[in-house]
Amino acid sequence: MDAIVSGTLTEPKAADCCSDSKSLAETVSRKNRMWIFGIVAFFTLISVGTYAMHEYYIYLSAYLWFGFIYGMCLQYGRFCFASAFRDLFAVGVPRMVVGIMIATVLFSFTSSFVASTGWSTFHAAPWSIHAVIAGIIFGVGMVFAGGCASGSLYKAGEGNGVSLLVILSISVTQSTFVDLGGWFNKLVPQSWAESALTKSLPSSINVSDGWVDQYLAGYVWDQPVITFARLLGLKDETLIGSFFGNTFIGVVLPALALLVVVYFIWSRKRYVLDLKSREGRSAGIADHLRGFWTMITASKRTAIAGLFLGIACGLQMFVIEGLRMKFGVKNAGTILQRIGFDYGISAKGTVFDPGYWYVTTQEAQWVGWLAQKLGWNNMDNIYFGWVNGIPSPAINPADWMSVALIGGAAVMALLNNEFKWKKPTKELAIWALIGGALMGIGSRLALGCNVGAFFVRTANGDVSGWSFGLGMIGGAYIGVKFFNWYTERKMAKEMANINFDL
Amino acid sequence: MAMNFKQTEPGHYVLDVKGYVCPHPQLYTKKVMEKLHSGDRLELVFDNPSSAESISAMCASEGNPILGQRKEGTVFIFEIQKG
Repeated sequence: MDAIVSGTLTEPKAADCCSDSKSLAETVSRKNRMWIFGIVAFFTLISVGTYAMHEYYIYLSAYLWFGFIYGMCLQYGRFCFASAFRDLFAVGVPRMVVGIMIATVLFSFTSSFVASTGWSTFHAAPWSIHAVIAGIIFGVGMVFAGGCASGSLYKAGEGNGVSLLVILSISVTQSTFVDLGGWFNKLVPQSWAESALTKSLPSSINVSDGWVDQYLAGYVWDQPVITFARLLGLKDETLIGSFFGNTFIGVVLPALALLVVVYFIWSRKRYVLDLKSREGRSAGIADHLRGFWTMITASKRTAIAGLFLGIACGLQMFVIEGLRMKFGVKNAGTILQRIGFDYGISAKGTVFDPGYWYVTTQEAQWVGWLAQKLGWNNMDNIYFGWVNGIPSPAINPADWMSVALIGGAAVMALLNNEFKWKKPTKELAIWALIGGALMGIGSRLALGCNVGAFFVRTANGDVSGWSFGLGMIGGAYIGVKFFNWYTERKMAKEMANINFDL
Repeated sequence: MAMNFKQTEPGHYVLDVKGYVCPHPQLYTKKVMEKLHSGDRLELVFDNPSSAESISAMCASEGNPILGQRKEGTVFIFEIQKG
């Protein structure tokens, strides 16, 4: 360790660690530039090569390149949803809450524009207390794992082995959880079992066998679907409904209120202290407004990433819906069948094709696909067999998006000389597996993760988005409380022989 | 690699959390800074890029100036003073 500490320390530049003004050619090593070229060339070749085979592949390439953009944005801004409330509760840092709120507000504006043109791919989710409970489980998991579902993808692009384990754990847990039957059927309330039988699902699904099947068909599907526009008696696809109801009332006002609360609890004290020592006076309303703005702009990287993410997310909905219209399809399942792939298509002819940024379902699918290849019949449940299917990861649009997200993050990490293969330690591997499993369960109960169940839904005025977010905040608080205890316990051992008064 | 914390001389400490991912580097840093006396210095060594932003912001909000920072390869080294 001591050997590392040599050379001259540079003056810090605000929160922009270790940045400098040299050109890329000067700062990026030849090896890194070769890797960057290789990654970009690989994805370009896939897009061009598959397009040459059939124009339908452009649909998959659209997912791919949006994934690539998301990866670059996430890595550039160290944009991790898990850190938003975790770092706020753990170390009092609000930068990621700010970044997420900026991204959500911008995504909401672009979503409302798309919705008002009638080209939106978004469908609101059923709302009830289940979203909050699922959020709590997910929130605890993301703190334990050291990253949420999307954060783990971009960190995998930095070469982080712990994140790869988190992804593996989320994937396996989801794939297993959605197919749990047998003894677990005893845990299904009678009302869910009875209601599930009334949903006229095909016999291939066998809805009376499977806890998640009966949770979905017997409980979740019976819950109301609520958006802020509909609460106000407006339609989601109208200008006033989308911009006023879903964006202004459903996103801008709550986000502003949340940020004001964050400022007053976590940022105000330091700003007022600095003002007093600098100018020798107390803070007035104008000072607090400046302090609030200082908090918003404190991390430019995060704010810029939020800005680009918000715009890209809305654009993806627009592009995917445009391609659906061009090809005359409503789901990628039809496209896959037209180009000759019918393996793993659901009973109603669909595959997972959200039309927007999503993370967890494609992770469950690749394990589901592998399990089926190994002889596990998992197409008799609603999640795989009726809704999402388990197409080969090689032609799964959402998998193209996630793989490209890792690639985009790797490119950005290589540009910033932050790529490094890091083998997980035993301690972190255990936390990754536990946290990933909790996130896998939470995301299936909520029908999405921090991206699908919170970010996308909230931005589109879906009330269940904020409900999941509320649970996620509670879960993050519980996770942080636990980690505080765990860290203090470990530090006590390290500090036992150190006299701090020397 | 396990976390390593030691005193190199009176008032100067080194915390090495290389190999750790979020939230460990920022949590360990916070716990150590709470123990130090005003004017003490901590040399923090970590390699989790996401923690750099959070630790910088945490030091700013708690009034603990970062006297210097540099990168050696993919390793970040911060010199933090207890305010």
